[in-house]
Amino acid sequence: MTENTEHKHEPNFLEYQGKYKGLLGWITSTDHKRIGLLYFYTMMGFFFSGVVMGILMKLELIAPGQQLMGPQTYNGLFTLHGLTMIFLFVIPGVASVFGNLFMPIMIGAKDVSFPRINLLSWYLYIIGAVMVLVSQFMGDGPPDTGWTFYAPYSLKTNTNVVAAVTGAFILGFSSILTGLNFIVTMHRLRAPGMGWFRMPIFCWTLYGTGWIQLLATPIVGITFLMVIAERTLGIGFFDPAIGGDPILYQHLFWIYSHPAVYIMILPAMGVITEIIVAFSKKSVFGYSAMVVSSLAIAFVGYFVWGHHMYTSGMSNTARWVFSFITFIVAIPSAIKVFNWTATLYKGSINMQTPFYWAVAFIFVFMIGGFSGLVLGSLATDIHVHDTAFVVAHFHYIVFGGTGFAFFGALHYWFPKIWGKVYNGRVANIGLLIMFIGFNTLYFPMFVLGIMGMPRRYYDYLPVFHTPNMISTIGSWIMVTGLIIIITNLLRAKKGSGKDIDNPWDGKTLEWQISSPPIVENFTDIPVVDHQPYNYN
Amino acid sequence: METNATHHADLHRDDTAAKIGMWLFIFTEILLFGGLFIVYSVYRYRNPEAFHLAHEELSIPIGFINTVILLVSSATVAIAISAIQKNDRKMTMILLGITLLLAFTFLVNKYFEWGAKFEHQMYPGSDLMKNLSHGDTLFFSLYFFMTGLHAVHIIVGMILLIVSLVRVKLGTIRSNQYAMLENSGLYWHLVDLIWIFLFPLFYLIH
Repeated sequence: MTENTEHKHEPNFLEYQGKYKGLLGWITSTDHKRIGLLYFYTMMGFFFSGVVMGILMKLELIAPGQQLMGPQTYNGLFTLHGLTMIFLFVIPGVASVFGNLFMPIMIGAKDVSFPRINLLSWYLYIIGAVMVLVSQFMGDGPPDTGWTFYAPYSLKTNTNVVAAVTGAFILGFSSILTGLNFIVTMHRLRAPGMGWFRMPIFCWTLYGTGWIQLLATPIVGITFLMVIAERTLGIGFFDPAIGGDPILYQHLFWIYSHPAVYIMILPAMGVITEIIVAFSKKSVFGYSAMVVSSLAIAFVGYFVWGHHMYTSGMSNTARWVFSFITFIVAIPSAIKVFNWTATLYKGSINMQTPFYWAVAFIFVFMIGGFSGLVLGSLATDIHVHDTAFVVAHFHYIVFGGTGFAFFGALHYWFPKIWGKVYNGRVANIGLLIMFIGFNTLYFPMFVLGIMGMPRRYYDYLPVFHTPNMISTIGSWIMVTGLIIIITNLLRAKKGSGKDIDNPWDGKTLEWQISSPPIVENFTDIPVVDHQPYNYN
Repeated sequence: METNATHHADLHRDDTAAKIGMWLFIFTEILLFGGLFIVYSVYRYRNPEAFHLAHEELSIPIGFINTVILLVSSATVAIAISAIQKNDRKMTMILLGITLLLAFTFLVNKYFEWGAKFEHQMYPGSDLMKNLSHGDTLFFSLYFFMTGLHAVHIIVGMILLIVSLVRVKLGTIRSNQYAMLENSGLYWHLVDLIWIFLFPLFYLIH
């Protein structure tokens, strides 16, 4: 284990000056930590533009009838909101930011295996993002297909689908390269003594995620290429008018996009594990069960895509098989929740902001998970299919899961990244307000869905008014919480540096080096001789 | 490695990692075409008659010649790697040159093959196609899309081989450091392998 005090004089990665100064020094840097922060800053920009779109949609839905915008604008907004949040925030999210920042350190490496490819992934991410955003402002108007680009509508609409789909294709490329890089890094660059089963759980979840990225993304890549070819060259794949099959499009799309949900949630579960362990000062309950359940989620997650298509037209056999496998995914997910709570049991719990985030995560993730079972079973799904219930479930899992884990990770590793401390009290108040707002915003949607309100409509019948109004008010509360959280962190970042190498008494390797870390993390590669969480 | 150049007394080099990375990437490429193979199977299953009639329009001799060309080029690039291991740079460059020439010939053949199809109105959206069954349109959609995507891979492979050739000349690829050449060779074998599947699917299966 390296000791930190002796190399305090070395420049840390934030202040290090290479060949170029300032911004150029950042965007040409192959340091995994700087790339992680590049992802972070750009991603926060996209996240907040996504939030603004969400707020606008909720404002439109505050009362029946047209409030702010017409149907076409609303369609464009929910499409761009979905594209931005999914492809630019939650899919790369935790893995690209915190995986890049900390995975190499946690396995005792100086960098990833392919630092230049790592930087290339970020550039591809930016190019893809620009394509997606540009699709809003050029051509014949913003795409109005929803983020799923379902055929045949995506082939028929006059809006600017090609640019958006091309952007999504490029983002997929970026995602594949990141996954590939992480897998090879974990195979090749673990420090001496860092056996596979001495890796922190976060690394294991990234490993599983990497494989999903590799195995699933190409399928959606080729599907998007086919959509582009069909729109630009007029060659037929999915348009029934020339013999194509739109259901085939749905299969190909969900073969990727369901595993993509696990790309989003697995690293989030990894982060939560790290936080729970560090704040109960106790090794994780059932380390190998955690590892196996991560890989099981990655594996089983492949075979459930059909549950998005119960009403699309599939044989009854296919439907119950997909339903059955969907229920199986609940098992490894539940193992994780049980192991988190078992880790807390008799732990010496340190009640601080990251811990509260983890607890909030478990709460909303469980609501999301249980509502997923409602959608996963055939009979109930038919009733709530394509209603606000789906929107609520999805946001509980993806925002309440991945989003909360993202902010939890930010509060957990903030002192490590910047070497500064934030005001814990304000952070807690921000979290509380956001948590209340989150539930006020999304929970009424479950009710609306069961009442039968369809999703993706800019207008609704008066009978749905009250829950919609509550939901809109919830969106304001949530944004207030978000603003408090972010301002608090920004103020902390401006503040002066503190000597806090290990504020939470973490045992994983990143807490054993200085904050912020030096350029190549370790002056001497550490030799590991114990399990990742060696609390006594 | 601009920002931390001074910290790299010796730049980190890991040929095994490079090779694992390439294999994983090749895996994703196979999956990319895998999606197309699924689409092909579904549509062939649904339109057996039309696919059968349409495939008779393709010229087996040209397809066969192109198959031989790619197989030979795969062999030459493999021998080029053996040559660099024996530190025979001149032979490596000659073999890479032959590989590139064969790749180019493949593209020329493809050009004439496609050109003839266009001349005979055999492409999706043509006046002739509009009067034929959906199965014919699907067959030629898949034909152009899959062989087209394959041709793009040929071009990418050629670029990799050209870069390797230049680097052999410059001496940055040499007998104790040839991971780049080996990876380009691997990629070239992938391009060959995909064609080995495309050829029977479009030209041979009745």
